[in-house]
Amino acid sequence: MRAHTIPAEGADAGIDLTGLDPAQARDWLGRMLLIREFESTAGPLATSGAIPGGMHAATGQEAVAVGVTSVLGPEDVAAASHRSHHVALAKGMPPRSVMAELYGKATGCAGGRGGHMHLADFSVGFDGSNGIVGAGLGIALGAAFAQGYRQDGHCAAGFFGDGGANTGRVWEFVNLAAAWKLPLIVVCENNGYAVETPVGDAMAGESVADRASGFGLPAVQVDGQDVAAVHRAAAQAADRARAGEGPTFIEALTYRHLGHDIGERGQYRTTEEVEWWQSNRDPIARMRAALEKSGDLDEAGFAELAAAATARVKDAVEYAESSPLPDPATVADGVTGIPLQLRGTQ
Amino acid sequence: MTTPASKRTTLSRAYRDGLAEEMARDDRIVVMGTDLYERGGHWAQVTNLGPQFGRDRVRNAPISEAAMVAAGVGAAMNGLRPVVDLNFLDFAFGAMDEIVNQAAKVRYWWGRPVPLVVRGTTGFAGGGAQHNNPIESWFCHVPGLLMAYPSTPYDAKGLIKSAMRGEDPVIFAMHKMQTGARGEAGGPDDLVPFGQAAVRRPGRDVTVVTYGVMAPKSLAAAERLAADGIEAEVIDLRTLMPLDLDTVEESVRRTRTLVVAAEDYRHGGVGAEIAAAMQETLFRELDAPVLRIGAPFAPVPHSPVLLDALTPGADDVERLAREVVKTRQ
Repeated sequence: MRAHTIPAEGADAGIDLTGLDPAQARDWLGRMLLIREFESTAGPLATSGAIPGGMHAATGQEAVAVGVTSVLGPEDVAAASHRSHHVALAKGMPPRSVMAELYGKATGCAGGRGGHMHLADFSVGFDGSNGIVGAGLGIALGAAFAQGYRQDGHCAAGFFGDGGANTGRVWEFVNLAAAWKLPLIVVCENNGYAVETPVGDAMAGESVADRASGFGLPAVQVDGQDVAAVHRAAAQAADRARAGEGPTFIEALTYRHLGHDIGERGQYRTTEEVEWWQSNRDPIARMRAALEKSGDLDEAGFAELAAAATARVKDAVEYAESSPLPDPATVADGVTGIPLQLRGTQ
Repeated sequence: MTTPASKRTTLSRAYRDGLAEEMARDDRIVVMGTDLYERGGHWAQVTNLGPQFGRDRVRNAPISEAAMVAAGVGAAMNGLRPVVDLNFLDFAFGAMDEIVNQAAKVRYWWGRPVPLVVRGTTGFAGGGAQHNNPIESWFCHVPGLLMAYPSTPYDAKGLIKSAMRGEDPVIFAMHKMQTGARGEAGGPDDLVPFGQAAVRRPGRDVTVVTYGVMAPKSLAAAERLAADGIEAEVIDLRTLMPLDLDTVEESVRRTRTLVVAAEDYRHGGVGAEIAAAMQETLFRELDAPVLRIGAPFAPVPHSPVLLDALTPGADDVERLAREVVKTRQ
């Protein structure tokens, strides 16, 4: 195994749908379309300034989020990175509350206090995206600790990137989860670049999964552009976690179609490379092709899924734009559960 | 302040007893840290809690502060009430992101309580620069954290009990040199609320505001001052966030003078905030400038003579109290 092994050339063997329920597979395609539409819409809004503070799009990485969350229920937890619209939406966050948060509106999931790196909805088991590289895995670690302590049969998934795989905290988290046999699914979305630094420049060793295996837990590499493959790996990991057998490490090899942040003009990768991934390993196009080939989806069926995604995102934008801004007088409210009696802040 | 159930004990044991009582009434409380189960922690702060509550609830952790605190934050967001015991508060440096960037922010963003306690022993003692950092003021500069710093067994027990029933992340500091400090501790229902200072000694001439190890030193100074007819009012803050400035203000209005006594570096500490707040509020009622006692701005040295030179004492409190009283005359 090498650090980033999906060949940037060669024919696509396609997605293996064996054993999958076609309705479920179509649902995954629909979720990926929703994420793609959401970010395709929000990106230009961030560039224009309608959405303040920019954003990190996960376009191209949808299959990782949808595949992993396909094995999680609302009582299971996910926590993720600074690039997490896909995980938030896949875990079931309403596009309205995500979009309104991006807009900084009072109706956003954090009332406009968080922004796109601080999305959460505890009612669907999404314990937050996270602005600090690798830190989302720590929140999932704690959720898994609570689940393991209660022995409630639930599990948690923590997402981070190849950049996070070079932070110390990630390996502290992995070690603790392995030592304490916590019901955790560790998900490294290796998209090849930590901001603009290629994996190969920043990481020694064979692969992230190879590094992880030294911590005494099963560690696998999976094609992150294949939602069915991600699903199968996650299902095994969730089974292990729920059976009390401990954590599993999944390195999903993926690719982001867009820059680290919206509006980036990076020179660190070639147009040819980006276009190759967009044309040959797009997770949505691949899943559509597989379902059409198996006869489980036709042109009209796809159009229906795409139209549903478009409608939901359009509704989310309208909702966000028509929502009120937060009241500036509330800026220091709710910082702690007890009053702080501070002076000079009113 | 005491009830029939109260007893004489040490600060460390009182903390343990308070935690044990809370663990017995609430099985959501778990304690994690290094050397806890068998050893009972490096400061005897959880002695025998391991055998009493079992390995699920008193967990020996690897020396991975980031992982311990992260696990605490995530678990607190998911229904548990974890205590992460760092033994030395200095070891929070290995988990600063988890404390400052995670635990402290969650409620502000999402209204989600984070009932987490991060406990550490702190303050000047032998052992050099990396195990004795005074960092209580750092945490008070982070919106979203509470900061407890008890100086008596009664407060150590009462404050940990309040912390375990609260909804906020708490940094819980205990001074090394007070580990064996003796005094009465309260019974199972004697909680000490956050944000309520204690007037340890009433006095009409000068207010001394203090906390932690400087509280007994300030009381010793007050005894010496009393011998010369100077009556110092000694206020022990007990928690630094919330900071009970109302009690301080009420006292300073009467004494018209203020000395702030902390072991922390004078520069930029909580003492500076108290001094600034009082001069903003009471400038025209003060008979003398507000004076502060704190350590010189240097890392904690090894040689005992250097450590003595760094460490504020009762003499310093006495000297500055006499100075403000003299200014008035």
